[in-house]
Amino acid sequence: MLEISNLIKRYGRDEPVLKGLDLTVEGNSVVSIVGASGAGKSTMLRCINRLVEPTSGSIKLNGTELVTLRHAELRRARRKIGMVFQGFNLIDRLTVMENVLAGRLGYVNLFQAITRRYPAADIERAFVLMERVGIAHYANKRADELSGGERQRVGVVRALMQEPEVLLADEPTASLDPRTSEQIMVLLQSLASELSLPVLINIHNVAQARTYTDRIVGLRHGTMIFDGIPSDFDKDALDAIYGGIEAPEDEPAPPAEEVHDGHA
Amino acid sequence: MATPEHEESAIPRTWRKPPFIANPLVRYGLLVVLVAYLIWAFGSLPFNWERISEGLPRAARIFGGGFPPTLSRFDLLLTGFTESLQIAIMATLLGVLLSVPFAVMAARNIAPLPIYLLGRAVIIISRSFHPVIVAILFVAAVGFGPLAGILTLTLYSIGFVGKLLAEEIEEIDWGQVEAMRSTGAGYLATLYYAVFPQILPRQVGLSMYQLDSNLRASAVVGIVGAGGIGSTLMNAFGRYDYDFAFAILLVIIAVILASEGVSGWVRKKIW
Repeated sequence: MLEISNLIKRYGRDEPVLKGLDLTVEGNSVVSIVGASGAGKSTMLRCINRLVEPTSGSIKLNGTELVTLRHAELRRARRKIGMVFQGFNLIDRLTVMENVLAGRLGYVNLFQAITRRYPAADIERAFVLMERVGIAHYANKRADELSGGERQRVGVVRALMQEPEVLLADEPTASLDPRTSEQIMVLLQSLASELSLPVLINIHNVAQARTYTDRIVGLRHGTMIFDGIPSDFDKDALDAIYGGIEAPEDEPAPPAEEVHDGHA
Repeated sequence: MATPEHEESAIPRTWRKPPFIANPLVRYGLLVVLVAYLIWAFGSLPFNWERISEGLPRAARIFGGGFPPTLSRFDLLLTGFTESLQIAIMATLLGVLLSVPFAVMAARNIAPLPIYLLGRAVIIISRSFHPVIVAILFVAAVGFGPLAGILTLTLYSIGFVGKLLAEEIEEIDWGQVEAMRSTGAGYLATLYYAVFPQILPRQVGLSMYQLDSNLRASAVVGIVGAGGIGSTLMNAFGRYDYDFAFAILLVIIAVILASEGVSGWVRKKIW
């Protein structure tokens, strides 16, 4: 269970990016976080694994307070938090297998990491997961030789190698074409139930959020203004989240009769 | 077709590149200062024309004595070159290996401030003196011979490769570092996985460049007693063996050309 309470993040003396956020995610639910660019989605996700330092507040993962952890304790806690990135963030010059095994870096010692002598159980797990997402035959290929969708699968498998207790996905489909991004969303959805893993997904595509997730959280200017099931996410909610935000000049805001893809 | 707001079409519009320095007073003032300085500099430097004209025949004698170059002492030449090559290779290996930790220390994005300052200081110090000056110090410290040469060129390589590598580290794709951190990887594991693969091609290219640069420099530092072909050359001059000295110079040029060709080819292959 992930419990965020009164989370505040402020850069320097500017207005806070996150203004006292509360969010609880239980079990294997898939939660999508929607909001315009700059609403604080990415900052919130990065506060959870402390790639961004929260200014104040509390984040608890299965009872462990994450905000106050330091050094080795922080690294140990990070092992339990998998993360998938918009730009995949694979090590391009290493093989797919090395990228996948990198998910175990929090568990193995430095010698094992440098010489690539990972425990047999890790290698077995790597093959099982790669087979599950259909990339096992690429094991010895360089990561930069794969297509976007395949690369994101490597990213997902790397995160799952950590044996995470929660999975964070920061716009996992924003760099992919529509078809591939649907596939990745289906994958995240089914992995969540197979591994009974809570998944938090930052996403711009509102239609996909409604189709593939169990719960939608809407952020605007660092505050939560919507929290509910997809069927409750109507036009009013959409307007509240994206409304009044300047669209590019030559594209007048389309009349939103029904909820459309928010590619903004 | 008339374009909108098209007025006074009778006068063709002109355009000239705006001057680099906008203020004409400053522009011409600087020019005057520069010319004045050059006149003063040439006027005040002590060129002793009498001595220069006396020296000319001596120069002619040296050049005359150098022709035709002779390889009569081929074994000496070979020994000198072998030593130079060994110095260059040793110094490159040591320098390139040691430059990695210093480059990591001197990269602002992955080193904490005190470490960064230390790393920068090491690189700046090892870059502030020409290898000849460093060689003089090392010859005084460890005596004549190749060890002084190796130490000199190692320091030189650390400075040069370390600086460029540090800049390369500062420009890596940070996403890979974030990805490794988010798995719970420690500092060194992150370095090995997220940083080193990104700078590897650059490091190989720099090593090749440094090898041929060290080969060149090893001839120079030999002149002040740090071993290698430079020492052989100096001895030949000392014995008025100008034809042999000339042969050495020609061979140095040939070797540098060859090594430049090889390193250029290797670097192109890696890129």
